[in-house]
Amino acid sequence: MKQQLLKKLQQNAELNINDIEEHKRKGNHAIGFYCLYAPTELAVAAGAIPLPLCGTRHDPIEVAEETLPRNLCPLIKSSYGFAVSDTCPFFRFSDIIVADTTCDGKKKMFELMSDIKPVHVLQLPQQQNFDLFLEPWKNEILNLKTVIEDMTGNQITREKITSAIELLNRERKAKKRLMDITKATPSPLTGMELVEILFKTGFFADKQKGIDLIDEIIDVCNTLIKNGDTPYKIDTPRILLTGVPIGLGSDKVVKIIEESGANVVAFENCSGYKQTFQIDETKEPFLALAEQYLSIPCSVMSPNQGRIDLLDEMISQFSIDGVVDLTWQACHTYNIEAVQVQKFVNDNCKLPYLHIETDYSESDTEQLRVRIEAFLEMI
Amino acid sequence: MISAGIDIGSRSIECVTIKNGDISEIRKADTGFDPIGQAKQLINGLKFDRILATGYGRNLFEIEHNTATITEIKAHARGAVHFFPKVLSVLDIGGQDSKVIKLNDSGKVIQFEMNDRCAAGTGKFLEIMAKTLGFSIDTFGNEAMIAKKDLSISSMCTVFAESEVTSLVAKGENPNEIARGLHLAVLKRAVSMLNRVCPKGPVVFTGGVANNPFIVERLAQMTQREILVPQPPEINGAVGAALIAMENGKQIK
Repeated sequence: MKQQLLKKLQQNAELNINDIEEHKRKGNHAIGFYCLYAPTELAVAAGAIPLPLCGTRHDPIEVAEETLPRNLCPLIKSSYGFAVSDTCPFFRFSDIIVADTTCDGKKKMFELMSDIKPVHVLQLPQQQNFDLFLEPWKNEILNLKTVIEDMTGNQITREKITSAIELLNRERKAKKRLMDITKATPSPLTGMELVEILFKTGFFADKQKGIDLIDEIIDVCNTLIKNGDTPYKIDTPRILLTGVPIGLGSDKVVKIIEESGANVVAFENCSGYKQTFQIDETKEPFLALAEQYLSIPCSVMSPNQGRIDLLDEMISQFSIDGVVDLTWQACHTYNIEAVQVQKFVNDNCKLPYLHIETDYSESDTEQLRVRIEAFLEMI
Repeated sequence: MISAGIDIGSRSIECVTIKNGDISEIRKADTGFDPIGQAKQLINGLKFDRILATGYGRNLFEIEHNTATITEIKAHARGAVHFFPKVLSVLDIGGQDSKVIKLNDSGKVIQFEMNDRCAAGTGKFLEIMAKTLGFSIDTFGNEAMIAKKDLSISSMCTVFAESEVTSLVAKGENPNEIARGLHLAVLKRAVSMLNRVCPKGPVVFTGGVANNPFIVERLAQMTQREILVPQPPEINGAVGAALIAMENGKQIK
């Protein structure tokens, strides 16, 4: 039943490319997004398709390194490599790329990327102090609104932005329900399956189609839970993965953890649970967007107490036995924040913690396996 | 009951049997390029009821002999507790990696850190450097000991250190002092890892590098901590595996 569903997901992902092509043929627009901080509601409100862009595979890194330094985070190199080699269909479909000044590596890479395609960079504040930074951030969002209106020729009215917020809130709710499935002990889904589902549903052009498919998956999972149908035992170690985002192609740590006999049940990262927020529908829409997006607890924020709060909540809700903190090589902010996360996990939660710094390549697989197995022996 | 532990490392393989809580036999071999063939030869004719494998070749051994395995972290922790029951910190410098393990008072691993990126800071580093300087690895520590002063080597990468050594030799620096500089580079790395993971109390120092007298002496000086070395230090992992085999290992026919 689960396998059929994953197959259907794959078919839908393939059909989705046709949907985007069809939409573009009619003279509509597509907008590429790299980071969770950029409000995709603006694209939806202007009748454009928001597209997440590729950046989770190792193969385009070689071509990226012809231009970029080797000692750079693989996510940045992969994103640039996909763009420069024209191997990401979503990048190709995009009329404009919306990017953010999240970290130093990204913002300088985007300058180079703007030679390939128009890139609009949002100046993201690095602190969540609303008194100081909410107004400038809201202005950045309003500037983006104008850019999108000019490009598409469509006005983003109050009514349109409100209904875009309502639609994407429903999508985020569906994703949260999906990610909450693994709260069941033992979980009916493997971490690898959850990564695949989240990754593939992220690309849907028709948001409602995506939501319906997620709901269908949730129904099947609930039946599996009811029937006790699970690949795990009641005492299978339940792992929370925190840190940098992952996707298909950059999921080796999840794979090794699960090959070593544990189950990754929770993802505290921007490809996982950080996507589950809700925009306040009762407030002025642009203020509500600015507030909620600025509150995303990425390590680029200083300080970043929000991440610790989210970890605290997830560790208890998902009955976590151990925390693995993943940092992509040369990602300074996550690498340094690991010190605070370790202290919190060890001292406050009294749980084992493992910090891993790696890249997308397979070269250190066996070394990682030793560490991960030794970590699981601690549980 | 006789239980056996086999530690298949990158440079050497050690096998130990334990009978009634005491070590009854120790066997050693070089790993070479055929770890499983070497391991097979090593256990040939050895009498045991249970066996457990550890070290980087453990998974091959598991398939070959249908036995259980544990990581070298757990094995070294158990071995260290056997030799020095009260100890909470373990430093292991082997052929391919170095690691620091922190234990709680019941001997359970609560934290560890590994350097496994490259040969830097490991036995392999010292071995290659000894060769570059024309010394034998067995007496490399003594050569460092008789140097008159400390010399600083900045490169920890085996490849770069080799060219740094070559240029120091060309400058006419004393080979014993260069040897000492190389030892100090390994020590600096080990001490910072040790201070980060377990900053207090006596340290059990295991692995082949713990046979090096200069490293052991300077480690005690630099950390101002008691350094305890099991004899011989390279069997610690195999002892740990044998003990765990006895406690909960898989029965072997």
